[in-house]
Amino acid sequence: MRYHRVRSPALVRVAARTALLYWCVLSLTFVLLRLAPGDPATFLLPPGATAADADRLRVELQLDRPVAVQYARWAERTLHADLGRSFTDRRPVTSVIGDALPVSLALGGASLLLSFLVGAIVGVIQAARQGRVTDYLLTVISVVLAASPAYWLGLAAIACFTYLASTLNLPLWMRLPAVGMTTPGVELQGAAHLADLLRHSVLPVSLLAAIGAAGVARYVRSSALDVMRSDWLRTARAKGASESRVLARHLAANLRAPLLTLFALALPGTVAGSVFVETIFGWPGMGRLMVTSIVARDYPVALGCAAAYGALVLLANLAGELLLPWADPRVRE
Amino acid sequence: MKFLSARSATRHPAWAVPAFALLVLAVGVLLVPALAPRDPLRIDDVLARRLVPPFSHDARGDFHLFGTDRFGRDLFVRMMLAGRLSLLVGVVGAGLAGVLGTLLGAMAGWVGGALDRLLMAIADLLLALPRLVLLLVGVALWSPGLRTVLVVLIGTGWMGIARLVRAEVIAVRARPFVPAARALGAAPMRVLFRHVLPNAIGPALVATTLGVGNAILLESGLSFLGLGIQPPAPSWGNMISGGRDLLVVAPWVALVPGLALVITVLATSLLGDAWRDRLAGERSPG
Repeated sequence: MRYHRVRSPALVRVAARTALLYWCVLSLTFVLLRLAPGDPATFLLPPGATAADADRLRVELQLDRPVAVQYARWAERTLHADLGRSFTDRRPVTSVIGDALPVSLALGGASLLLSFLVGAIVGVIQAARQGRVTDYLLTVISVVLAASPAYWLGLAAIACFTYLASTLNLPLWMRLPAVGMTTPGVELQGAAHLADLLRHSVLPVSLLAAIGAAGVARYVRSSALDVMRSDWLRTARAKGASESRVLARHLAANLRAPLLTLFALALPGTVAGSVFVETIFGWPGMGRLMVTSIVARDYPVALGCAAAYGALVLLANLAGELLLPWADPRVRE
Repeated sequence: MKFLSARSATRHPAWAVPAFALLVLAVGVLLVPALAPRDPLRIDDVLARRLVPPFSHDARGDFHLFGTDRFGRDLFVRMMLAGRLSLLVGVVGAGLAGVLGTLLGAMAGWVGGALDRLLMAIADLLLALPRLVLLLVGVALWSPGLRTVLVVLIGTGWMGIARLVRAEVIAVRARPFVPAARALGAAPMRVLFRHVLPNAIGPALVATTLGVGNAILLESGLSFLGLGIQPPAPSWGNMISGGRDLLVVAPWVALVPGLALVITVLATSLLGDAWRDRLAGERSPG
């Protein structure tokens, strides 16, 4: 396994660079909190507190010390995974984010998976039917979807299942629930709970997936067209390989690397989409948490969310970089 | 100008159609609110005029192309009025981000060394967070409003363009006319701005054009969340947000302003794409 011996120093280097970059991202949140107008101590005090209370709290929080000392103290706490406490309900930021993160990961993960599946298939179909009506129609759809704001599409979908469904008098089972993760006020167990959750997921997941798939399809279409013009694909056809074998074996193998690169690039877009989708559909995930904490001026939670998003993006980039040699044998050397 | 001739437009619909759409929108945004029979911000006779569906008359007999909102204000006129602010934020936000990115990228590529490493490290750092998250943090720290939105759009939009310009400047720097200009006695900054940048700016201009649509989307997103342009000043985002709770009874109030938004973003991105293809064609003929 000579290849692994060659790879491991590169792995260490890439991981170390990512860790350093992430520490800089975390430090940026510290700087931003210091940049916020107003004194952090005044946010923490209950109404009716006196100036003496504020002074005492400042000493207690070491806000009277030099910025370097504050940074050292912040760094020590951050290394112990302590991101401070929420201003609004005094819970540790890590536990507030811990509640919201799984919701976002499930929503984002499911839609990212679907968008790559649908996007790759649509892109290959477009490339195979290049210049025909199918290609043209799918291009128009994906370009319009990419230009539409997620929250507007979400509202349009809700309008379809509320206003339009009641105008057209659709039966009740066809009206998808628009808000929340589960039906409120009903305690369901087991399979019934799962079915309820799935019914509530249809609109948000398919919306996020459709927006993502539009981007993936455009990218896959142009990558697939590049591959289709290549010499080796012509050779494969010339030696008599069937069209399905050409697509499955030669085209798919050459799309692996661009798709992997796209996966790392697509994550920020999914994050942005999920902020709006969670807000509109009332899912208690990180996106909604970040928006509500900003409206409430709850800086520790807002910056904690930013730090969590930074970790997600950097991990996706790291995974993409480490998996690239598997997807594209040319970069192994 | 050959580029702007009618013959060129019929031959190259790829840029002519979106450019025409943007022109119509820009003229509409300037003229429609000015020529409207009634002030789009004034509220009167709410009961007779409110929540009129699109393409119909209200109880007073006035025609409303896209209907009215809950206060009886004409949605078409308001949409055009909101377009002034949304287009301004998009063009100014993306344009200044482009200028900043071009200057920083050019300095990084031209000077090199420690400055280059510092600027690229800052760019990497800011690119490690999704842009929307950076924007949200930005508006969280300062009070929401037009100025904050512009500042955070510029502060979070320059990195990609700086990288593009830096790579182009480094490539152009190696071409023979650069040492030739230096040998003729031109100062380094003169060479950069007169000889290198004009040859390196194409991709940055395309990226800035594509950035306009993105900036409009982001501004409307922030305004939708209540963190951008504040009512009563109308922007497409806060108009959509204002119709949100009427979705069940009058969905057009929320959905109509989105049409202008989609058309604008679509047109700017098609224009940017067409320009990029043209640039790619010029660089590799055939």
